[in-house]
Amino acid sequence: MKNDEDTVKLAVKEALLGLGERAVLPEYDSALLLSARHKGSEQDGWTEFAENFSAVSGKPMQEVTDLVEFLKEGGFGKGYCDPELKQAVGEVLVEAGLQVSYEFDHQRVDDYVFGITKASGVIAESGTVILNDEDTVDRLAALAPWVHVAVLTDQKKVFANIPQAIENLGGSSNVIWVTGPSKTADIEGILIEGVHGPGVQICLRIGEGK
Amino acid sequence: MSKSVQPIDVFARDLPRETRDAVLSSVMTRVAGRKAKLEEDYGDPDALRRLAGEVKQHTLEHLDEYLEQAEAALLKNGAKVHFASTAEDAREQVLAILNENGSKRVVKSKSMVTEEIHLNDYLEKNGVECVETDLGEFIIQIDEDTPSHIVQPIIHKNRRQVAESFEEHGLGEYNDDPQTITRRARKHLREKYLQSDAGMTGANFVSAESGRLVVVTNEGNARFGMAANGLHIALVGIEKVVPRDKDLGLFLNLLGRSATAQQLTVYTQFIKGPRSAEQPSGPEQMHVIFLDNGRSKVLASKERDILRCIRCGACLNVCPVYRQTSGHGYRAVYGGPVGAVLSPLLAGDDFPKYADLPKASSLCGACNEVCPVNIPIPELLLRLRSRANQEGIKSAGSPPMAPFAKLATSPKLWRTAMTASKAMNHLPITMMPVKPLQAWLKIRTLPKWSGGEFRRWMKERGRN
Ligand code: SF4
Repeated sequence: MKNDEDTVKLAVKEALLGLGERAVLPEYDSALLLSARHKGSEQDGWTEFAENFSAVSGKPMQEVTDLVEFLKEGGFGKGYCDPELKQAVGEVLVEAGLQVSYEFDHQRVDDYVFGITKASGVIAESGTVILNDEDTVDRLAALAPWVHVAVLTDQKKVFANIPQAIENLGGSSNVIWVTGPSKTADIEGILIEGVHGPGVQICLRIGEGK
Repeated sequence: MSKSVQPIDVFARDLPRETRDAVLSSVMTRVAGRKAKLEEDYGDPDALRRLAGEVKQHTLEHLDEYLEQAEAALLKNGAKVHFASTAEDAREQVLAILNENGSKRVVKSKSMVTEEIHLNDYLEKNGVECVETDLGEFIIQIDEDTPSHIVQPIIHKNRRQVAESFEEHGLGEYNDDPQTITRRARKHLREKYLQSDAGMTGANFVSAESGRLVVVTNEGNARFGMAANGLHIALVGIEKVVPRDKDLGLFLNLLGRSATAQQLTVYTQFIKGPRSAEQPSGPEQMHVIFLDNGRSKVLASKERDILRCIRCGACLNVCPVYRQTSGHGYRAVYGGPVGAVLSPLLAGDDFPKYADLPKASSLCGACNEVCPVNIPIPELLLRLRSRANQEGIKSAGSPPMAPFAKLATSPKLWRTAMTASKAMNHLPITMMPVKPLQAWLKIRTLPKWSGGEFRRWMKERGRN
């Protein structure tokens, strides 16, 4: 395959030859980027996350029973759950009469109405759920079902703001920030939720130290 | 054609009322949303815009170094890196990668740069099905149309037109409810994802420090394209590089708010390389093609600042000319104020063909004021106009702006005009203080006069 590496690099070098002094990289404090609405240490991170996540149509939850109620009321009867969350979440759902599978079959992704996978963190300032490849058992399981439940088990992973979350992107080859359900305003600017990804985005916080 | 009438004016005059209304109502909502969001979150976002502009300018002026860095980081992460000089080279490289992998079905997430190289047609001709997955782009594709806005490709269409297209293409009986249309697209495109063997994206940013590609979508289509198959090809303009991960925070905060009045776009992906070993879904191979296609020439020009653009679309929304014409009036992939600068420059030897575009502006300064990377678009437009003059390129419709420029460059006169400026919002055309503008404005409207920024710009301009 033709690779124009040398040509492109040379063209860029030559383009810059005529420049006199080149613009310096401004140093700045990332605190500049914080939204005036950001509460920082004034408020506990989860509470701020929950407010902001709700503002983008996300559903924050703190009890598995709330999830059960929501799924039952919505008629979301069957779905997938990460086996590592079997005890904490899956079994509670099964007990309540919901159908839960611990295997995600790529041949029938549309059969799962909900998908329950782990969250790698949340961002309080923006109401964002963080997923990465290591914690997400299957990218499709967190994307294809109508309802996605991201389960936060590690309370240390509540990041106050975007700069902090960027500092903690870590080594994962794929990190995705999810700020609400999938949406579009392509047709006449009218907001519709649930385009390709989930129409309902939940974040459930469980475990020690809540 | 009279002296001050340009091709774009003819286009605007002949634009169906329905299209103009669709564009206008959509941009007005966006303008208001953007302003409210930025003011609510930052009070005065100017410091941030200037900072972002400086970071991007610095990057451009050190692009040789940052490109090397980005390439090295990507290679270290396990991605494959390619460079393409021209659109043709890029198309061939994409096809070669697909052929090597026996890939015949590509799902594509919205990317202006693939529009720029006319990739879809080329792939189709070479036996590869290439499906647009962004809802707006999908509609553009089935209609064999072209996008008329960087962020909202079907801004020129209303729901009835979309419903008719869906019906015509066998996607259900006529129904113009946007929710029904969206659900039908979800179903149809889901099958396409699941059958695909490659996913294509652009990139909003590339961090030279880590090699992270950032791709944002609201629909989740880029994510789906990178979950349902094993091959990811990203086509990236060389100007998309930023120095550090830290800077991604700066640009993401500005992009979401400027483009769609969101703090963050719904799905913000940070892609370093192929999927991790334990992950069952997603690309085992990641290819990044860095595209020049005229950018190095723009970099060499005095108008290089335009390469700071992060494609937020804000300058289109506020532009009085864009509002009357939609993006199609610009006859090029990039429309609006950014396109009026970028399209003639990217055209290279075809510059004369687009030399009229820089005249498609009232120089009101609104584009500069909203630009999240503070690009002095009016100044760049003036430079291109003078380049066209110097090269003796004759094109219709240069409004004689000399008196206006005189007013703008004389602090005293300008201040006087500024005091009266509020009144300009209410002045009938015939009472506009600058004669040539009167004729010119008969077929155009100025946005609400806000003043201040433009004067500072003119002052700075005088100094250079
Ligand atoms: S020129 Fe500025 S305002 Fe216009 S699209 Fe680019 S970044 Fe946005």
